[in-house]
Amino acid sequence: MRKRLLGAIALAAATALALAGCGSDDDGGSGGGGKKITIGIKFDQPGLGFKDGDKYSGFDVDAATYIAKKLGYSADQITWKEAPSAQRETLLSTHQVDMILATYSITDDRKKTVAFAGPYFVAGQDLLVKNDNTDITGPESLDGKKLCSVTGSTSAQKIKDTYANKVNLVEYPGYAECVTALNGGAVDAVTTDDIILAGLAAQPANKGKVKVVGKPFTTENYGVGLPQDNKTCQQITDAIKDMISDGSWQKFLDTNLEGTGYKPDASKNPPTPAACG
Amino acid sequence: MRSDGFVSQFADLFDEYDVLGAFWVNIQLTLWSALFAGILGTILALFRISPIPSLRWAGTAYVNIFRNTPLTIIMVLLSLGVWTQLGVQLSGDFTTNFFRFGVVGLSVYTASFVCESIRSGVNTVPIGQAEAARSIGLSFLPAARLIILPQAFRGSIAPLGSTLIALTKNSTVASVVGVSTETSGLLKTMLEFHSSLLVAIFLTFALGYVILVIPVGIATTALSRRLAVKR
Repeated sequence: MRKRLLGAIALAAATALALAGCGSDDDGGSGGGGKKITIGIKFDQPGLGFKDGDKYSGFDVDAATYIAKKLGYSADQITWKEAPSAQRETLLSTHQVDMILATYSITDDRKKTVAFAGPYFVAGQDLLVKNDNTDITGPESLDGKKLCSVTGSTSAQKIKDTYANKVNLVEYPGYAECVTALNGGAVDAVTTDDIILAGLAAQPANKGKVKVVGKPFTTENYGVGLPQDNKTCQQITDAIKDMISDGSWQKFLDTNLEGTGYKPDASKNPPTPAACG
Repeated sequence: MRSDGFVSQFADLFDEYDVLGAFWVNIQLTLWSALFAGILGTILALFRISPIPSLRWAGTAYVNIFRNTPLTIIMVLLSLGVWTQLGVQLSGDFTTNFFRFGVVGLSVYTASFVCESIRSGVNTVPIGQAEAARSIGLSFLPAARLIILPQAFRGSIAPLGSTLIALTKNSTVASVVGVSTETSGLLKTMLEFHSSLLVAIFLTFALGYVILVIPVGIATTALSRRLAVKR
């Protein structure tokens, strides 16, 4: 009995220490001029948010760096954190990140738990096909084709809802697997947002082998995800406007998606950020 | 007021998504894989206790390779290696094709655990049983079939139950090979569109697996007690 009590006390003490340990690296959190900012991005989307060794690259990374600079943080004050799709709301509401730029579409359901600034980019679901493919020209030419998308993604659901009786859809855990299947000839097209596809096409291993069809058939407004109790929404909205008007926005797109021939839908881009609140 | 809204939203989810259907896919994956893993595992166990060194070696090699390879890797190998690169198809229909690949991956992986469970059961059979079988003139296979394995199965029900429970939960890994209608894929879809109900959705699936797995545990514990060979 005595032994068990001692054990319980030791466990409680260890837990308290562990929790204190968690807390202590939080003091870099939100706000504050000379401190740190934590930004959530994707680590696995080349051209958008991509981690290669200890280097981060992509359109989302460049845009986030620009916005952070406008908020008063230099590039070396940014801590990058991976924000997988299913964890984005939790990361924001528990303040593990200060903002998220990770191909994060603004939707009404998400607005119930998080806030958004932007949009800073308008993407649309498109198709990635092999370079020599001529028979897939858009969503209307998909009869009997084999498509690949990511498990649980908006794009996969769209295909199931709209084209289910015409196409064969395979869902894989990531886009890299889909592109491998495309290059291997097991599927005819990969489908998701056009800018993600362009990022995949811009990868050195895929360059010249695949192309984006360029007929977007949905509208995805990418926003900067913020905690609901943020104080930075207005500043970030202004930063997005500056980024678009001073030419940085175009520059970030060009450098990250160079050589793919991809052009964002000009009727919707560059977007006008919505008002905060 | 708020809880009322929450409850109705949560109920709407079950209209929109086929949660029970997703669990049914996992149950089907589990049952087919349990069947094939059981057969393959028994054959492997026979290999490992056989008097022929090359068969023992083959059984040991199989168990060591597949037990020590992560299931996800086996699944990726099946989808990107066997299906994409080698062009092997198990069915013309996409959904059936991936389901069968899922069963193949789960079966070859689980077979190594079934083999070891049965081997542990073999170890509960006293050596005198094998000697007695030999002394009445039975060769290896009849001795195994009539004397050793029936007692070994009774002694390995508990570890086989644990393997079945692990298989049930492992069946979600079939999403890696393209089985998109099962629970982990549906969980991802629901979180993508209804992130405001994240905790409730997560708990629904967690609870679903608890409901699936607990009876298996209770049944195998009870069976292992009732069927154990009294010595």
